[in-house]
Amino acid sequence: MLNRLTRFFASRWGIILAGGLIGVLGPLLQKLGNPPNMGICVACFERDIAGALGLHRASVVQYIRPEIIGFVLGSTIAALIFREFKARSGSAPIVRFILGAFAMIGALAFLGCPWRANFRLAGGDLTAIPALFGLILGIGMGVWFLRKGYNLGRSHKTYTAVGWIMPVLMIGLLLLGIFQPVFSEGGPIFSSEKGPGSLHAPLLISLGIGLLIGFLAQRTRFCTMGAVRDVILMRDFHLLSGLLALLVMAFLTNLVLGQFNPGYTAQPIAHSNLLWNILGMVLAGLAYALAGGCPGRQLFLSGEGDGDSGVFVLGMITGAAFAHNFNLAAKTDAVVDGVLKVGGLSTAGMVAVILGILVCIVIGFTMREKTA
Amino acid sequence: MNKLVDARGLSCPQPVMLAQKAIEEGVFPIEVLVDTVTSRENVRRMAEFRKCKVEITQDGDEFRLVLSK
Repeated sequence: MLNRLTRFFASRWGIILAGGLIGVLGPLLQKLGNPPNMGICVACFERDIAGALGLHRASVVQYIRPEIIGFVLGSTIAALIFREFKARSGSAPIVRFILGAFAMIGALAFLGCPWRANFRLAGGDLTAIPALFGLILGIGMGVWFLRKGYNLGRSHKTYTAVGWIMPVLMIGLLLLGIFQPVFSEGGPIFSSEKGPGSLHAPLLISLGIGLLIGFLAQRTRFCTMGAVRDVILMRDFHLLSGLLALLVMAFLTNLVLGQFNPGYTAQPIAHSNLLWNILGMVLAGLAYALAGGCPGRQLFLSGEGDGDSGVFVLGMITGAAFAHNFNLAAKTDAVVDGVLKVGGLSTAGMVAVILGILVCIVIGFTMREKTA
Repeated sequence: MNKLVDARGLSCPQPVMLAQKAIEEGVFPIEVLVDTVTSRENVRRMAEFRKCKVEITQDGDEFRLVLSK
């Protein structure tokens, strides 16, 4: 029975089911309270968690997002049921940390991870189109490095307890989210009173949907970066069919729920600065490709015992803290007295994105191992 | 002597890339060692797509895939 399910989830229909379901659940979460065109955004939600913990003090983006917790724990549950939970680590963790941090800085230059890029497009935000081109370009650069022999080395089987660190951290986060303890006067745990951080679906619904997606994604290996990478690298459309299912179902769900509002400027929690939307996603795509998975996939892997993916996630959360503390994250478009004020990056933000691309290129060139 | 591809501990997409390279070299049978179900399924899918026969045996928490034409 388990074997037959495994074959199904590994099949074309399995990945289409997972992608399609995520496509429905994202806009539904938005309907139930999550921010506009942000039913699910792994990067944004990890950033909100960083804020809730006080790692940055941008008061509008602070909330312990139960979806992220659900992603990891749902994957853990699936991995345990199907006997795939396996503690492993040791494939250049510090490089993965750096890649995670810069992946987040790139994502916050665009204001979204690949998941949200698709949800934004499905909600009518046309700035997502150039951003997706940037993402494809970044992943293409990563594929070029892979073909040249880029490889972070082998991971090794390790103590089972190592694999449990991320799931247990997530349980800790969940407790902090439920009980909202105050650790010092005016201190964390923070929860935004206005802005995107204040917009959220009820905790149990967010958690439940997160668990379901985590479970399905662990079984099907759903990955938004792998979708593009596999097509470029080996003309394999398996993962892409899942991503396209997400896009189509999210679009249809948005139509049904009245959440489709096409336009290029002043879209919700977005900016229309073309160059930095593209370059931000180039950086993010390249970093995901070098790390071997999109931010969602890294969460799912960390749930099934992959310590290196856990380090990538912690790198992303740290990157989010830097992005807001150092004013690297993009400003959204604003309409003031009927006049459009295009958002975008501060000078520091631009420097950080360029620096990130350079760092990734150095990593791509210098980290090659003969494997055969 | 089988051609051996040791892809244990390598993360996605390395195992598939290495197995694909071996298939392109055209010397069969090819033996691929992997240590995750993800890699097992990915290599299997790629090999079947390239019209290879795939036999899988499990050894502890490692998998041995024998690809043949």
